[in-house]
Amino acid sequence: MSALIERRALLKASGALIITFAFGPHFGRAASPKATKPVGLDSVDSYLAIDSGGLVTVYSGKVDLGTGVRTALSQIVAEELDVPFASVTLIQGDTDLTPDQGVTYGSLSIQNGGVQLRQAAATARRALLQLAAARMKVAPETLTIDSGTVVGAGQRRLALQALIGNQTLSIEVDKAAPLKNPDNYKLVGQSVQRLDIPGKVTGQFTFMQDFKVPGMYHGRVIRPAGVGAKLISFDETSIAGIPGIVKVVRQENFLGVVAKTEWAAIKAMRQLSVVWSDWAGLPASIELWQHVRQTQVIKDDVTSNTGDSVRALASSQHQLQATYDFAIHTHGSIGPSCAVAQFDGDRLTCWSASQGTHNLRKQLAAMLSLKDEQVRCVYVDGAGCYGRNAHEDAAADAALLARAVGAPVRVQWMREDEHGWDPKGPPTLLDMRAGIDSSGKISAWESELFIPDGAAGFVALVGADHAGLDSLGKLSPGGVIQDLAIPYTIENVKTVAHRLASTPFKPAWIRSPGRMQNSFANESFFDEIAAHQGVDPLAARLEYLSDARAKEVLERVATLSAWRTRPKPDWHASKSTGWGLAYTKYELVRTYVGVVCEAEVNRKSGEIAVKRFFVAHDCGQIINPDGVRNQIEGNVVQTVSRVMKEELRFSQSKVTSVDWASYPILQFPDVPIVVIDLIDRPHEVPWGAGEPTAALVPAAISNAVFNALSMFVSGSPQVIV
Amino acid sequence: MPAYQLNVNGKDVIADVDDPVMPLLYFLRNEMGLHGPRFGCGLGQCGACTVHLNGAAIRSCVYPIGNVQGKVVTLEGLGTPENLHPLQHAFIDEQAVQCGYCINGMIMQAAAFLKRIPKPTEDQVREELRPNLCRCGTHIRIVRAVMRAAQAESRA
Repeated sequence: MSALIERRALLKASGALIITFAFGPHFGRAASPKATKPVGLDSVDSYLAIDSGGLVTVYSGKVDLGTGVRTALSQIVAEELDVPFASVTLIQGDTDLTPDQGVTYGSLSIQNGGVQLRQAAATARRALLQLAAARMKVAPETLTIDSGTVVGAGQRRLALQALIGNQTLSIEVDKAAPLKNPDNYKLVGQSVQRLDIPGKVTGQFTFMQDFKVPGMYHGRVIRPAGVGAKLISFDETSIAGIPGIVKVVRQENFLGVVAKTEWAAIKAMRQLSVVWSDWAGLPASIELWQHVRQTQVIKDDVTSNTGDSVRALASSQHQLQATYDFAIHTHGSIGPSCAVAQFDGDRLTCWSASQGTHNLRKQLAAMLSLKDEQVRCVYVDGAGCYGRNAHEDAAADAALLARAVGAPVRVQWMREDEHGWDPKGPPTLLDMRAGIDSSGKISAWESELFIPDGAAGFVALVGADHAGLDSLGKLSPGGVIQDLAIPYTIENVKTVAHRLASTPFKPAWIRSPGRMQNSFANESFFDEIAAHQGVDPLAARLEYLSDARAKEVLERVATLSAWRTRPKPDWHASKSTGWGLAYTKYELVRTYVGVVCEAEVNRKSGEIAVKRFFVAHDCGQIINPDGVRNQIEGNVVQTVSRVMKEELRFSQSKVTSVDWASYPILQFPDVPIVVIDLIDRPHEVPWGAGEPTAALVPAAISNAVFNALSMFVSGSPQVIV
Repeated sequence: MPAYQLNVNGKDVIADVDDPVMPLLYFLRNEMGLHGPRFGCGLGQCGACTVHLNGAAIRSCVYPIGNVQGKVVTLEGLGTPENLHPLQHAFIDEQAVQCGYCINGMIMQAAAFLKRIPKPTEDQVREELRPNLCRCGTHIRIVRAVMRAAQAESRA
């Protein structure tokens, strides 16, 4: 029925590995490996192994966050090696077994991770053909590989696994190793069904939240009553009546309970009598945007600067300006973060759904004053995280508690922990200015972004902060200045990011960080200018773009949505339907997307209904079309939720959006129809699909509402100005 | 320690628990190793923990084990990889999963619903699933999968 089951049967039959080293997939979950497997980025052995049964194990530093890349990466390797898809197993994100291919973020799993795997497979393929040629005493060029078997003239056949004997390839990845011609692809480009879905719909799949080890206890952490509150005292007798309590663990302001059962740990967490100091250091929420404006600027990052925007603006015939703000968001994983930590002497193994186990290893080692080599982090699939949520923080909690009790500890955060303490998408403010010259051209474009300093680095671990320990954390909002520069050719442009010294809540990246906020401002402001000029938004964009792929993606979304024949909004009706367009060439260097949103606005109540989204999408070579569609749909629906429903609420002490009632998200009846046109370019490099569409959703909604009402939406959620 | 007689997925089991208020979810997951039902909120707000009690979809994260009387069915009891329930089949056919953490709730809610309303409209399905939250944005496929299962059932 499923590839998963076939694989399980195959795995059972597999013997020792022969191409490379004595490791098999079963090492993926073991507490400690018996020998050292290569994990360097340059070695083929780091990425691939073929065993005596012909089974291929892929070692991927990029992990499947619920996006389907386990399947897509397996397709890439099976294709390039010409082995049966069912013979490929993928091990992901294990610091002892997989190469550090970078954190799984930024829509880069296929674009970077997949391309690295493809090159390793191409190198292995060439080496295997050379070995076969020597064995068969023919020229390598006369040989091909078909379903894991080398085939020569006269139908001479040799199974891959019979080739190598008990030796390692020990070769370096060669960037010049020839890749297969995409015209001959059998797997890449096909909507292969996802490997994980049968297990996920039958309860057989092991999520991080399901993972257990023998002798494991359950931990919960009691968080401070205010973000910066100090622990004054606690009374252990208050939980004396709960059976199965193992220990109450305190380290400065870190306070946890460990129990033999999960329910006992939860009850103890709820019942423990604790006194915290008063703390009210957050800005008043109604003054958030003044607070952002008044925060100290550490430096300015100029992300583009052509011509002389100041002079052009001053001499322009018309000047336009607008301000856009974007609310604080939480990741909102449906499954709260979870981890299991186990010490073996002075070695720690931590199982986590972290999107960056290699970085987590460094952070845990720093927190515990261990060497990196003493910590092993192993990825286990969790609930979708959409960025750096709290998986890493749960890992820190589990490690601190496991060390304190000398036994393995599992920590799963409660709902209020996840909403209250995961790092947040920071509040983002943009000031925009444009000048129109006497010929009607946009002669000047300026933007100022107010955003915390930092990049996608280490986000401090909550437990470490509370315990007074260093976890290498620093301000890390993500790559938030991307897409502040614009894709349009305008003579005088200056885009500046004012990097702020602080932000009310510890920041981290949430899907399309910065790019979404910057695209919201850019694409909305572009429509304001077009409206001022009386020019159609599509025609206006085409006028300032010269790139053929940009034009194609816009033309295709226009056709898909019947843009040019769309009905004109009835500005006198009680409900008015508007249409909004938005475009990106993501980060100015990759995936092209054009979207059109159809939204209905109730002129009396102000209620906005997002009805339909049309998406034309060009991410170059498509590995798995249905996987890309699934991602695009998720991009649209999740971001409609963020724009229409979400805004973190807080008091001056703490987050008050602590559950789904106080932080509502989109529900089924409000989900729009999504219509997609995928542009496949098999001979181009593959780019990401996990983020680019999301970046456009806020502006497309804003532009549709503007079109419906002839006014602009310049805040999120739906603040009409 | 109080013992409760339960029937889970067709098997009689005795639950020895020290607290009758403990939600059913913890017994199913930690004592029986049934990982279909999942902890999402502990508040009955998201649906990830949904199981059937006497055929009705309930939130096992807030349902005290001491109050459980009758037959409990989890995702594992609905169907197996070798013998899929039509909804499980439809979710695979439609590839109606992203991370999959919410999917237990979607399938269990829909299964109880289709017993009551075998031929729903799409709007009825959306309304029925309103309390079930999905963060990945898989809603469109989930509705399609439920409609597909309903059609498959009505043909059978």
